Amino acid sequence: MKITETEVRYVADLANLRLTDEEVLRMTAELSSVLEHMDKLNELDTSDVPPMAQVLYEAEETATLRPDREKPPLGAEAALANAPQAGAGHFKVPKVIER
Amino acid sequence: MDIASLTIDRIHEGLRQREFSAAELAQAALAFAERENPRTNAYLHFAPERALAAARRVDQQLAAGEPPGKLAGVPIAVKDVIVTKGLRTTCGSRLLANYVPPYDATAVERLEAAGGVILGKANCDEFAMGSSNENSAFGPVRNPVAPDRVPGGSSGGSAAVVAQGTAVVSLGSDTGGSIRQPASFCGVVGVTPTYGRVSRFGLVAFASSLDHIGPFGRNVKDAATLLEVIAGRDERDATSAFAPVPLYTASLGESVRGMKIGLPKEYFAGLASETGDLIYGAVAQLEKLGCQVREISLPATGYAIACYYIICTAEASSNLARYDGVRYTWRSPQAQSLIDMYRQTRGDGFGAECKRRIMLGTYVLSAGYYDAYYLKAQKVRTLIARDFQNAFAEVDAIVAPVSPSPAFKIGEKIDDPLEMYLSDIYTITGDLAGIPCMSVPCGRTAEGLPVGMQILCNHFQEAAMFRLAAAYERARGS
Repeated sequence: MKITETEVRYVADLANLRLTDEEVLRMTAELSSVLEHMDKLNELDTSDVPPMAQVLYEAEETATLRPDREKPPLGAEAALANAPQAGAGHFKVPKVIER
Repeated sequence: MDIASLTIDRIHEGLRQREFSAAELAQAALAFAERENPRTNAYLHFAPERALAAARRVDQQLAAGEPPGKLAGVPIAVKDVIVTKGLRTTCGSRLLANYVPPYDATAVERLEAAGGVILGKANCDEFAMGSSNENSAFGPVRNPVAPDRVPGGSSGGSAAVVAQGTAVVSLGSDTGGSIRQPASFCGVVGVTPTYGRVSRFGLVAFASSLDHIGPFGRNVKDAATLLEVIAGRDERDATSAFAPVPLYTASLGESVRGMKIGLPKEYFAGLASETGDLIYGAVAQLEKLGCQVREISLPATGYAIACYYIICTAEASSNLARYDGVRYTWRSPQAQSLIDMYRQTRGDGFGAECKRRIMLGTYVLSAGYYDAYYLKAQKVRTLIARDFQNAFAEVDAIVAPVSPSPAFKIGEKIDDPLEMYLSDIYTITGDLAGIPCMSVPCGRTAEGLPVGMQILCNHFQEAAMFRLAAAYERARGS
């Protein structure tokens, strides 16, 4: 399926990606060629086929449960160490609420 | 001591005979790697202090008469999408250029606990997205065998360091062929274990239903040894498997006589002729070893590329949503509002291939398209997995090419994403089915470019896969 420039801009907004006009044009052409290839899947009748989300193995339903034991957490200092901007034990972002 | 051709066995012998200490080896290996690295750009950064500390621990253990770990003193490179505490982990991305993880991946913990010495972090395509290592924000990697060519991707650095001799073994990650294809292009052994065999705790997520960590080595035994160390259940990764880990290295010498091998006819149609000749030559060797070879069919193969690129981009678009300028080191300085900050940071920070995949993934998951693309792809995935189950009812292993052609020139395919995606055809099927698969060197083209043979086995049949690979390696005399 071909994708239009308007759709590319809409999807970029959904994905929170700022694209330049040049990128939008290139993306429109590249995504269209890939999506056309993907249309190939419609050749297959999958009406009776269950979807496969993940590779699954035989195991008890509770197998992945573990005892609820207290463990030391990472800690705020380590968690914030890579923050572009942090303060008072929090990640800082541009103001979102006007008062 | 020839550093570039060391094996794990040779290192252990050297340590036992007091020929060198682990610290001496680490220093020599680091010096060699730092000197040779400019030829390939395979390492992004080195970890001299960490390496020497690990080596000294090994020396202390040896001095105290404690049994050395399976990787005692072994110089190792770790792909830079696997986190290392206190050691920069960039994922080949501008966005994470200064990210210093606060914890170690489980695979890293286990290999260091076994005495492994991490020399540094290996270059890769940004967030492991690519088949040529040209998508790294820190420059492409050159193939050590042919410097004008790509090493493959996305684990291009991990394959190149092993081929170049600047590490003995390395860790890579594989989502659609990112271990086997570079192993094939660089002429080394690369292993994608069963899905869930190795904990992904600390592997920066790309496509969670497909991501694996796996080893590279210059021979089958070294790769098998590294897998033995890192495999096994980890309660920090709920998808890691409970199945016990066999001693893969214990059965490498066993005969493969009578082993039933299938050649999927769909995989031999579009091959470059030299690649085909080399694979058929390897198959003839396997027959001489007493394997029974027959043709099989995996009928859904032609749909695998479309299926894979829908599922992996959908999952990637979700996994990469976290890089928004809030938590991970880099934020675009230009933005005023919060939404601007998200969009500008991501727009400026991600490279072209990541943006392409985020866009594709967001599109196929968006309202109105979910059923037509994502759900459809998940159903086709079932068909691809069933093909393999049917095949493994009749054969013990499948032998196939890894890539339609050997390493291509840097810049040759970068402008045509679909063309690049199509070259993943023989490797993505194994990831979609979650089965173990590996690439073993099977010769070189007239131009001297390495070609790998792929071996695929059923879930958790790594031991059989390694046995076949080791038997072939011995017969070939490498």
